[in-house]
Parts: sequence; C-alpha cells; structure tokens
Amino acid sequence: MGRFILRRMGVMVLTALCLTLIVFFMTNLAPNLEKLAKTQGNFRMSDEEVTTYLADHGYAQPMLVKYGQWLGFLPGYVIEGTDGLTRAKCQGGAEPVETTPTFCGVLQGDWGTSTVIKKDVGVVIADKLALTGKLMFWVLVLMVPSALLIGILAGMREGSRTDRALSTVSITTSATPEYVSGVLLIAVFASSAVGLKWFKGTATSAMDTATFENFFLPVLTISLYGVGYIARMTRASMAEVMTSQYIRTARLKGVSFPNIVVKHALRNALIAPFTVIMLQFPWLLNGVVIVETLFNYKGFGWAMVLAASNNDIELLLGISVVSVIVVLVTQAISDIGYVYLNPRISVT
Amino acid sequence: MTDPLGWGAILGQITLLFTPTLIALVVTFVVSILYKRKLGLYGKLFDSTIGMIGLGLVLFWVYTALFAGVFDLIATHGALDQSVSMKKKPPGTPYSKLIGTPPPGAGPYYLLGGDNLGRDVFSRMIAGSIKVILIAPFATIFAFMVGVTLGLPAGYYGGKFDTVLSFIANLVMAFPVILLFYLLVTPEIIHTGLPVYMAGILFIFPIVFLSVLWQSRYRTQPAKRNLYLAVTLIFGGWLYLGIAWDADPLGLVRFPPNLLVVFVAVVFVNAPTVFRIVRGLVLDIKTRDYVAAAQTRGEGPWYIMLWEILPNARGPLLVDFCLRVGYTTILLGTLGFFGLGLESESADWGKMIIDGRKLLSANILHIAIPPALALLSLVLGLNFLADGLREESLKD
Repeated sequence: MGRFILRRMGVMVLTALCLTLIVFFMTNLAPNLEKLAKTQGNFRMSDEEVTTYLADHGYAQPMLVKYGQWLGFLPGYVIEGTDGLTRAKCQGGAEPVETTPTFCGVLQGDWGTSTVIKKDVGVVIADKLALTGKLMFWVLVLMVPSALLIGILAGMREGSRTDRALSTVSITTSATPEYVSGVLLIAVFASSAVGLKWFKGTATSAMDTATFENFFLPVLTISLYGVGYIARMTRASMAEVMTSQYIRTARLKGVSFPNIVVKHALRNALIAPFTVIMLQFPWLLNGVVIVETLFNYKGFGWAMVLAASNNDIELLLGISVVSVIVVLVTQAISDIGYVYLNPRISVT
Repeated sequence: MTDPLGWGAILGQITLLFTPTLIALVVTFVVSILYKRKLGLYGKLFDSTIGMIGLGLVLFWVYTALFAGVFDLIATHGALDQSVSMKKKPPGTPYSKLIGTPPPGAGPYYLLGGDNLGRDVFSRMIAGSIKVILIAPFATIFAFMVGVTLGLPAGYYGGKFDTVLSFIANLVMAFPVILLFYLLVTPEIIHTGLPVYMAGILFIFPIVFLSVLWQSRYRTQPAKRNLYLAVTLIFGGWLYLGIAWDADPLGLVRFPPNLLVVFVAVVFVNAPTVFRIVRGLVLDIKTRDYVAAAQTRGEGPWYIMLWEILPNARGPLLVDFCLRVGYTTILLGTLGFFGLGLESESADWGKMIIDGRKLLSANILHIAIPPALALLSLVLGLNFLADGLREESLKD
C-alpha cells in the first residue's frame, strides 16, 4: 500500500508539472502577454509601451526561466526598469529591493500575486476554496443520499414500473447540463413571472450567510447533473447483485424482501457507486464553474473564469494545480476505497 | 396594426412552420416500422419505446436543421436581423420595423418574442440547431477516429507506448474542461496559429485510420487496395488541406478560423475519453478465442485490431457515440455560455441562454427558455437513443 501511494504521488507531481507547464506556455504566448499588459497598464498603450512594460515586469524573460522562477528553482528576477524603478519578483509590497529574498516560488510556499484581484494567490485560493467547499458540501449532502436511494429503489426490482420511471428520471437529469437546469429552475422558482418566488436567483448573499432561500437553487442545480449518473451506476450494480446466488439462497430461506435488500444486497451493491462518486469530483468542478457564474457566487470556479479571461498567469497556475490535485486525489481515494470495500481486489 | 397572438395561435403557427420536419419524421417512422425486421439494429430500435422517443427527438432536430439550413424553410426571420421596436417583446408580437424596410419574406409575427437586440428568438433557435447538427456529430466522429486509432494499438500492444499515451490522455482529462476552453478558444490563441497546428495533427487521424483499414484488409488484393487507398488519400488529403490548413488547391473547401478552433477544442476534449474506452475494450476482447485463432492463422496485428477486435466492440462504441454527441452538444453550449469562439452576434444556444439569463430577474423568460428547451430535448433524445440501443443490443 505504501508503494502504491508513493507511486500515485509521483504521478501526481509529474502531472501537475506538465499541466502547469502547458498553462504557463499558453498564458505566456505573445498576444496573451500583450492583453495582460494592456489590462494592467492602459488599453491605449502603443506597441513600444507594451514591450517596455513587459520587460520591466519580468515578462520578457525566456519562458522556461520564468517557469523556474515561479517554481522557485531559479532566483527571482531583479530588473532595473526603463522608468528608473527597480522591480523584483520577490518584492513584498513597499519593502526595498535589497531586503527581498532571492528565491520565491511554489517551493518556498509563495504562489505569487494575482494581477486581477491584487492579492496573494495563496490567500485568494484559500478564500475561494472555502466558499466552494461550502457549496460542494451541501451538494454532496443532497446528491449522494438521493442518488443512492433512486438507484437502489430502481435496481431492487429490475424491469418493474418503478425501475422504468426512476431510470427515465435519472437519464433526464444526467442529460441536462447545469446551464439549462439552472436557467429553468431560476425561471420557475425565482422569477415573479411564474409566481413561485420561493428562492433567490442569485447566491451572492450566500457567500456570507447561506440560507435555504439563497443557497438551495445552486446546490440543486449541481446535484441534479450528478444524481442521474450515480443513480444509474447504483441501479446497475444493485440489479447485478440482486441476481446473484446468495440473494436467491436468502429468498429461498424465506428472508423478507426488505431484509434482503438492506442486510444482504446493499453492502455489495455500494462498492461500484463509491468509485463513481469519487470520480464525479472532476465533473462537479466543471459544474461548479458554470453554476458559480450563473448564480454569481464568487467561489473557485468564478475565480477561474475571472483569471482566465484576464490572463492572470499566477492565479491560473494556482487554480490548475489545485484542480489537478483534486482530480488525482479523488482517483487515488477511489482506488484505495475500492480495495477496502472489496477484499478480492488488491492494488499491488 | 395587428393584435398580438395568444398562446394557442402561437403554438398553431409554430406547428405549421414545422410541417416539413413533421412530415419527414412521420415518413421515416412509418417506413422504418414497416421494414423493421430487415433493418438490423436500427430496426430493432423500434421495439423499444424509449429508443423510439430518442430517435424521434434527434431526427426532429436533424430534419429541422436540414430544412432550415438547406431549403431555408421554418425560420421566419434572419437570425441576425434586428428591429429596434421588437426589443424584449413578448411572444406573438406582430413584426414591425422602425428604421428601413423589412427584409422580403419576413414573417408577420415574432412567434417566441424578440431578444434584447430585437432579434426573433424562434428563428435564432432554429439557426442554432443548424450549427449544433453541423458540428457535434462530426466533431464526435473525429474524436472517435483519434481515440480508436490510438486506443487500439495501446490496448493491443501495451508496454511503453500504452504508458506514454495513457499518461497524456490522463493529463488532458485532469484539465478542467472550461480552463482548457479558456486557454484554447480565445482570439489571442487563434492569432498565434496554435489551433491550426492542432488541427493539422488531429485531422490527419481519419486519413491514417482509413488507409490502415484498407491496407490491412486488402493487402492480398492490390488492385482493390490501390483503388481504395487512392480515393482515401486524394479525397481525404484534399479535405485535410482545406479544413486544417486552409490551403485547398481548388479553393472550394474552407473552414472559418473561429469555427475551426471550436471544432479542435471539442475533438481534443473528447478524444482522450474515447481512447480510454477503446483501450479498455481491446484489453477485454484480445483474450477471446477468435483473436487467438486469427493470430494462429498468421494475420497481421492491424488486421486483428481493425477487423477482428473493432467490429466486436461496436456495441459499446455505438452507445458511447450517441452519448458523446450529446456531451459534445453540451460542450458547444458551454463554449457559447462563456462567450468563447464565436462572433458576438451568431445564433448559438449556449450564448442565447446566457443572454436570456441576465433578463430572468426582469421577468423576461421567453429569451432563455426556448434555446434551453431545444438543447435539453436534443441531448435528452441522444441519451434515450443510447439507452434504447444499449437495451436492444444486449438482447441478442
């Protein structure tokens, strides 16, 4: 097990390195840097002004050097600008250049500064993750039990009318992208045109104080998309378990149907959905971006859109590292959990 | 000045406009049900209710896009025609134009109302279907070509080749899709020409796939092989030059650059998943007896992969194809939702939804709801179709 986790960690670091390198390459292409300079300076900069701005702020260095500086392998730049000011990558606020440390990168725990939000990337990401964490927590609370319930009820008696109805419902929800279900839900439950003003159409106020009224719609929108998929997997696995020999033995012994489902079938039927729930996280991340944009909830996904549309290099890098970690950690947990739940399988 | 229409009249008018689509649908269904025993898997679809509903929904949009795109039917107004006096007007408002004369052939009503720029929501919804029906299936086919061409050898040979490809596939899949879109589908990136290079790599796979397919099958019949290869290379090469590099020597095949980047991005996102599925299927199928038999006969590895393994993986692949076209439709909507990769005015379901979203709080629902329902019905149809196919192919 120890070796398995070590190997996973290795793959994770390698993936994160490759991914950040790609993000770094894409955000440092010349037109993107020009856009960055213009949004940071002013929109009417001439080409020469853009060039000097980029040179003064350390963007004109070779790509790999900049990447090394971001990682903390190479010493941060100290550049005497054409305007007479000396700028250093590791400069913190107003302190003089002489006292700044030589290295400041991810290895030193410094994730750089966001050019849009004007704060430390580490601080921004921690804030935003906390907000999105709150959203995800409620999504899981709503999504997992309802999905499992639908799946078990449908898979319990395969082919029955309940099964047909619930399967159609789960196909429908998994075919509805968040931006469609979100808009439909807002139209029905939050606008006065339909008349049901049960919930709020924006979740901005939920960032400080989440109430049922302002937080339910975004949570429901994300959950709906995941529910269908998990329910279908649970149904398939439940249906398979219900046809197995030991269930038949239990029935022939005269065990009551509810008892068979709860005591005999459930444990084995829940192995597959567990993996699926874990692997849903990366998808949920996507849903989070859309839903946060739709409901104006300023969390992690919202920050990603903001950073990407403004070419905020260091914030984007931080965000990609976090999302890679989320994806790969959930994959690893699903593999390890699979072994614990099902003793017939071994990871090594 | 005519009176605005009531909901009953609006529905009646819309049904009337959809007449060609409905006729085509009825004809298809009647013919298919009559001959369903002779039509193989497609015919069997008509034994399952859910499959029939799915096929109906999908064909509805295919025929609508066809009639609207080719014969210029159904849509009552141009998708880009604006009219100041029609801004945010409710469904059924009579058409009027303050400045200039109305274009010839303009319908008398905005059946589903006007949007925030005074364009006809109904016509834009129809125009959006053309775009989706044009891009989604083809992008999915390309993604399948890439995934199959790489997944077959990865699963069959295994080893280093498999490790490297799987790592790359996992890398792309670890990327949040929306971040990838934001990095790839921007005017700045189009400016650098990066999408063209990616298209250059991705679009060569169909040609490679077909060439290997013919070569492995007709190796012993040079005449037939040469014919097929020549057709593939000449025709494929011509399309390839035109689509990927915009260098068609005849100047006939062109692909607008911002459409190309959308296409490339969607293929790029889908291909790794297809790769993983194909690889998994190959790992399963290559242990079967008929593969061992082919190996004993001395067939080449590509013959076994393409003519022994691939046909036997067709069931799950077909089901995944339907689901993936739906997913691609969702992705296209996502791109529109974030306003990526299209002209600001073009009719796109995702773009229409986000535009209408802003007006939901002002109680204007008719702008966001029609494209949302359109997208929902198409994706739902594809999912039902996949479910029906899965059910029927399991019955054998």
